[in-house]
Amino acid sequence: MSEATLNVRIWRGTEAGRFEAYEVPRRASQTVLDVVTWIQRRIDPTLSYRFACRVGMCGSCAMTVNGVPRWTCRTHVAKVAADDTVTIAPLRNLPVVKDLAVDMSAFFDKWARAEGRFVPKVDAPNDFAVVAPDSRERSAADAGIECIGCGICYSGCDVVSWNGDYLGPAALNRAWTLVNDVRDGAGARRLAAVAGDAGCHACHSQQSCREYCPKHLDPTGSIAGLKRATMRAAIKGEI
Amino acid sequence: MNGTTARTETLLWVAQRASAAVLAVCVAVHLATVIYAVQGGLTAEEILARTRGSVGWLVFYSVFVVAVAVHAPIGLRTILREMTPWRGASLDGATAIAAVALIAIGWRAIGGLVG
Repeated sequence: MSEATLNVRIWRGTEAGRFEAYEVPRRASQTVLDVVTWIQRRIDPTLSYRFACRVGMCGSCAMTVNGVPRWTCRTHVAKVAADDTVTIAPLRNLPVVKDLAVDMSAFFDKWARAEGRFVPKVDAPNDFAVVAPDSRERSAADAGIECIGCGICYSGCDVVSWNGDYLGPAALNRAWTLVNDVRDGAGARRLAAVAGDAGCHACHSQQSCREYCPKHLDPTGSIAGLKRATMRAAIKGEI
Repeated sequence: MNGTTARTETLLWVAQRASAAVLAVCVAVHLATVIYAVQGGLTAEEILARTRGSVGWLVFYSVFVVAVAVHAPIGLRTILREMTPWRGASLDGATAIAAVALIAIGWRAIGGLVG
């Protein structure tokens, strides 16, 4: 096993870069992030990429691996390297800063545009809010709350690729968790922010976000929930 | 997106979904009738004998035409907004003209069928 070699192609440069080839020794339980780190430490220290926790919590190491957006710290080479070859590129739909690092600004700015911030109700009680864990709203919020903000869904979404204004699956999923937070007071303002052709109504329900989400969340389902919530609000005249 | 626009866009989306539900039934009835009617040949006389003076077909195709006039222009507007930079009042005006045109063409066809 230790004698085997993995053929790696990595994107170098910015938007106008090119793939360069490297050879990396295969290891047992080797992850794609291990491969990138090995190249940076042993072959080319100028290789740029982003990571932090290495255990699937921080959401910073997402890259495009053999054409699929993945969290590289939790992606084993054995799972993705057909014919001992792996091609690693930066995430799609975000500007490349250098090599495998993309500028996430637009991604997180859209969380703000989607009112993805908790806004306490004005009449919030001074004591802790009591929320039944098995209530419908809490269950809906729980289903989407584990997002780590890795940008994989945003990278995999075709609507984002053709509509630069589209808020994207992660921001809309975040908005949906807050719509279901009974302590939140942003209500109609948030629903107005996520409606229309830059918001939930632009979604084609192709479900790439659901397919690629490393946390197995269902942003498509969250967006469908927003479509229902905005419909009710529009009919009632709240937005 | 400001409140008024958000409401308009959402209601357009609702109108298109609702009209799609109506069209699902209308198209099914229409196609089933076509398949039934062509058994043993198809002539204009045979069709007109069935539809002329029929209140039922008048109501059915009126609903069909209205549903088409609601559904198709909203869909065209969405496609144009996705695939071209066209936005704003001119696009909304063109959408309204498309709706009126579909109503007019549809009513003319119904007039020929049941009139």
